[in-house]
Amino acid sequence: MIFTIAILREVKVMNNLNNNNGSVSGNREQKKKFAVFPSTKAKRIRKDERILHPFRVMLRKEISDHVRSWRFIILVSIVALTCFGSLYTALTNIGTAVKPGNPEGSFFFLRLFTISDGTMPSYFVFISFLGPLLGISLGFDAINSDQNRGILSRILSQPIHRDYLLNAKFLAALIVIGLMFFVLGFLVIGFGLITIGIPPTAEEFMRIVSFIILSIIYVAFWLNLSILFSVQFRQPATSALSGIAVWLFFSVFYGMIVTLITRPLAPSELASQQQIIGYEGLRLTLMRFMPNELFSEATTTLLMPSVRSLGPLTMEQLYGTIPGPLPLGQSLLIVWPQVTGLLAATILCFVISYVSFMRREIRSR
Amino acid sequence: MVAENIIELTDLTKRYGSFTAVNQLNLAIGTGEIFGLLGPNGAGKSTTILMILGLTEPSSGSVKVCGYNPSSQPLEVKSRAGYLPEDVGFYLNRTGLDNLVFTGRLNMLSEKKAEEKAKELLVRVGLENEVDKKTGKYSRGMLQRLGLADVLIKQPEIIILDEPTLGIDPRGVREFLKLIVELSREEGITVLFSSHDLHQVQQVCDRVGLFVGGKLLAEGDIQSLSKKLFSNSPYTIELEVSAGTRSDSDNPGNGISIEQVNKMLGNLEGVLAVNKINERFQIECSHDITSAIARKVIESGAGLEYLTRKEYGLNDIYYRYFEGGEGHE
Repeated sequence: MIFTIAILREVKVMNNLNNNNGSVSGNREQKKKFAVFPSTKAKRIRKDERILHPFRVMLRKEISDHVRSWRFIILVSIVALTCFGSLYTALTNIGTAVKPGNPEGSFFFLRLFTISDGTMPSYFVFISFLGPLLGISLGFDAINSDQNRGILSRILSQPIHRDYLLNAKFLAALIVIGLMFFVLGFLVIGFGLITIGIPPTAEEFMRIVSFIILSIIYVAFWLNLSILFSVQFRQPATSALSGIAVWLFFSVFYGMIVTLITRPLAPSELASQQQIIGYEGLRLTLMRFMPNELFSEATTTLLMPSVRSLGPLTMEQLYGTIPGPLPLGQSLLIVWPQVTGLLAATILCFVISYVSFMRREIRSR
Repeated sequence: MVAENIIELTDLTKRYGSFTAVNQLNLAIGTGEIFGLLGPNGAGKSTTILMILGLTEPSSGSVKVCGYNPSSQPLEVKSRAGYLPEDVGFYLNRTGLDNLVFTGRLNMLSEKKAEEKAKELLVRVGLENEVDKKTGKYSRGMLQRLGLADVLIKQPEIIILDEPTLGIDPRGVREFLKLIVELSREEGITVLFSSHDLHQVQQVCDRVGLFVGGKLLAEGDIQSLSKKLFSNSPYTIELEVSAGTRSDSDNPGNGISIEQVNKMLGNLEGVLAVNKINERFQIECSHDITSAIARKVIESGAGLEYLTRKEYGLNDIYYRYFEGGEGHE
């Protein structure tokens, strides 16, 4: 029951996100609103006389906190640097990367995001590596630092619902990250356009947008995980460390553990196809508990249209196929389980932090 | 809405595991009153305040603030009650004004209105020169005054102050308390003031509730409290005597023992007990026999250095109760 409520709230939050995204991006949106409603047109309300909903006030404050903080400036510069670094390698290698007759040749533009010459990872690999860091660093002190500074009990004694705080913290970080990813993604497109002179097709553009949305979901997972830690642990250092520990565990050790578990079960070379498929299935299932794996599978599919399955394929299944790219809809269909998995993990973290925060006693300091 | 009692606590209990922080508390605070919650650290004052504000849920019993239940109608309560937590904190990288405006806007004020109100309040609490200073650079006392402004910006009916004078210098405390009394009298705001400092509570509060070990031991104004408490030995007379002549009075009390004092007083009627505390004798009596004691001392030939009938301050009430409280447990 609690879970459904929380999920409903999440949906509400998402709706709010859409509303707020508009208001943050500028006053133009507001003016448009005034133009739509004739009642407000007659008596135009000045901007500073409007009464905003407390949630929006909090959201604005959180966003401006993020944008002003050194932490965010450092993170943006790291991400921007890597973004342009990988763009540079991609642009210098794009001539050799595209060969005639390659089915991906028609998706020339997408190669910008995936090419690497071995010295520098490609853009999407960078995002899968830096995304967790971004999420963790924006969320790890969300609740506990407010508590340690004695702000939490003061703010929660204002006439607001307690979940506003949690939602505002989450949404603010998400909006900031989302804006950053869109800006960077579009900058890459723009630079690519200027340098290689070939405009992306509509489908390529849609694929890039889906990739950006996917990266935002991926970072949202890590953000929620670190907010969960910030609700659970009193010390920001502890929650940051726990977040980084989970990240390291998944990116370094989890793969090793899966290998360790599955190696004794590996079928011999002479085993039947059924056995090999079963074994591969088990290995993939275990790997897919890892959010990084879900993200990289999904991005690979989105950015490389020739990927047509993420699991093992038998020769019979491949028999008679024409090597060609999949349409966007089909690619999305393939990654749907991965996206759902990531969303579910995000919501799970949110629900746990929500439940524990709503019932907790708020002491000063 | 209940007109007379703005805060009503009925059988309020809060348990943490096997530990009972607040035990069967019954308390009613009338509108416009300044009520002092007095008790040592860990007596359950803060927990009671948190329950009043709905920041923690009671294990049993009920809280009514302006007729609303803080657990089920938190917004109604929080829009009427302003809370200044112990050791209040602000966004350190924002100015005092920004912090106040933010709180004002959380209370559904428009930006313009909030700014006007914030500036007005900053003058009121004496921070008009620090308006554009970041709160990170504020001193402890300034933060506390900003906290009071922060509480007032929502125009509350009740102000709840949890140890508000902690860590402020004596002058700051005096000003702060004066401000609270002024506010309460002028605007009819009910104040709930928690402290472990007796003198402060004595200075400002109309009524006091004594808290020990999660229980309200006594409540009432200070006179009635002292009457209630010291009914068995209502008068204490403090006496200091020196042996012999004035010449060695620079070493008062030296060599005088309780036995000697007892002998001096003889079997004076009404003396209940004699105790020696810091070279002075505390004589507990059933009625006022100050002059009789003076006569006796002078008759005995000893030097009378100091003699006074003790007025019971909160201090004595406090110690008496806490000693008693521990004894009862």
